[in-house]
Amino acid sequence: MASLSPAPASLFPGLLGVFSITAYLTAFLHIESQIGTALLIVGAMALIALLVRFNALDHFQRSFAEREKAMNAAIVVAVIMLALVFHQDHFTLLLIATVMIYMTASLGLTVQFGYAGVLNFAGASFFGIGCYTSAVLTDGTTIPEVLIIVVGGFMAALVGVILLLPVLRTRGHYSAVITIAFALLFKTFLEVNDVLGGPQGLSVGSMSFLGWDFNQGIEIGEVFEASFYLNYVLASLVLLCLAFVFVRRLDRSWIGLNMDAIRLDETAAACFGYNITRWKVTAFMIGNAIAGMAGALYAMMLGFIAPTNFDFGASLILVSIVLFGGIGSPFGVAVATLIVVLLPEKLQILQEYRFLIYATLVILVLLFRPDGLLPRPVRAYFTGRVSP
Amino acid sequence: MTGTVTPVLEIEGLAKHFGGLVALDGIDLSVRQNEILGLIGPNGSGKTTLFNVLTGIYLADAGRIVFNDDDITNNTAQAIYDRGITRTFQRSRLCLDLSIFDNIMVGNHKRLNPDLWFNLMRRQRFREEYEKNVVEAELLVRTFDAPLADRLFDAVGTFPMIDRRRIEICRALISQPTMLLLDEPSAGMTDDETTELMADILEVKQRFSDLTIIIIEHEMGVIERITDHCVVLNFGQKIAEGSYQDIAADPLVQEAYLGIDE
Repeated sequence: MASLSPAPASLFPGLLGVFSITAYLTAFLHIESQIGTALLIVGAMALIALLVRFNALDHFQRSFAEREKAMNAAIVVAVIMLALVFHQDHFTLLLIATVMIYMTASLGLTVQFGYAGVLNFAGASFFGIGCYTSAVLTDGTTIPEVLIIVVGGFMAALVGVILLLPVLRTRGHYSAVITIAFALLFKTFLEVNDVLGGPQGLSVGSMSFLGWDFNQGIEIGEVFEASFYLNYVLASLVLLCLAFVFVRRLDRSWIGLNMDAIRLDETAAACFGYNITRWKVTAFMIGNAIAGMAGALYAMMLGFIAPTNFDFGASLILVSIVLFGGIGSPFGVAVATLIVVLLPEKLQILQEYRFLIYATLVILVLLFRPDGLLPRPVRAYFTGRVSP
Repeated sequence: MTGTVTPVLEIEGLAKHFGGLVALDGIDLSVRQNEILGLIGPNGSGKTTLFNVLTGIYLADAGRIVFNDDDITNNTAQAIYDRGITRTFQRSRLCLDLSIFDNIMVGNHKRLNPDLWFNLMRRQRFREEYEKNVVEAELLVRTFDAPLADRLFDAVGTFPMIDRRRIEICRALISQPTMLLLDEPSAGMTDDETTELMADILEVKQRFSDLTIIIIEHEMGVIERITDHCVVLNFGQKIAEGSYQDIAADPLVQEAYLGIDE
């Protein structure tokens, strides 16, 4: 049996890292001048290059690998702190919540593409199915909102089944073409469908939980008056944590192994009794369900959705996040989402060139770091187990 | 190493063609319990095709395959694995990014609980199953190579060819099959490594008491050393059968194979 290392790694480097990143993000989100933002970005890149050069990140990584629970808790605390700092700033809170919702959706794609190798170019469409489910159900029914989020995921998985038939009949990259076709069809369908609001879209009711309407900001006497977006930051944090734990456990189980086996070698997997279809279907449905749930919450937060939110470009962004962060690596996806969503929002020069930037990033990563920013490590089924 | 006379696997008139190319042309073959059968023949004589039809990767065009008295002709690859036939591949088909343990567990698929709830929510029970498997995998790898067993959680891509072959054989053995198909295990290895690996295979044969092995091999030395019985294929047909001494003396075999090779 692999031996446990005698003394677990110190928490300190990890905590220091999380603290520095939080402080950096606070500054980054706070700054408004374009030059200041640009300087912060260049500064961060230089600092990371320097740290990598002197292997200073190894300790940081060891804290994460060996003291996982404590580190994850630290990150959750950090996000809450970050949100509290900006508790009155609508725009920043919306941005933070959006990042976390995109992270959740990208985790869904990670299960599909990263684990089972089912490439999905219609991520935004399944996200959109969640959004529209949310719009329809908050409008006409009294179903509790938490349940609506679950139904959003369920609907996305269900619609995905329709796609499965053609996807499973093709091999390799041809299935990707089918998902592209679906993404294009989905947007057109929404645009011509009057029941779903056509090109104008639909308005969505707000999230509420046990009588607490999320569109009312938290107020504690006179001292604390928060933007209602703070509620959505907390809700998306909860959803993200659930998705993260789910995906992590999936990876660290026989199911994760099964998905890896069929992705890496279908023939060998078939010779060891794998039902290839079963695991592809499982991954596709789980991924879509996660994306759909993220979409349902997103719609409630925005209060209004339209077909343009779910075009092919949005799906491409999700795929580029997965490629950029590291295929099959949840933390990689988190870091990539942060960069891909925050950068163009803060650096407005980039807005118009968003896709150019994404394309360049993905090409650069594939050229110089083909496994992504934070490559997926060899599977450990339980935390704290370190190979010598 | 005298096996009993019961045939565990019986093949009758097996045929497979790819368009106009006849890969297997009416093969008859009988494999007895507990023997090591050597399958030899020049390149393109149909050895690997026979394995592929036997394991359900290709469908047979004619003929019958009977395993333990059951007709398994054209069963799916999964069904054949479930019946206890496993194999290795000529060009090693391991998942290089996965650890040794993961690769071996791929071979243990039928004994791992695939239930979503069990895997995600019953983590304590999952841990018990996991730890049992770690012990089992480690024990198996140790029969081949002790240092390898200490590195169970390293990625397979970091190991040399001989270790990868060992891992592949462990993957095929972990589910305790009754028949093991080895497709040219010595390919890409030095003479010393081949000798070492064959010793390992014989040792495994001792440990698994009712294991029958079919081995495809080009090295005549290997065939002579480890097989009980040999079958020679040429152009999809069986041209000779018998002990190594018999087939080595057969003029047809010498013409087809040994004469050109040696």
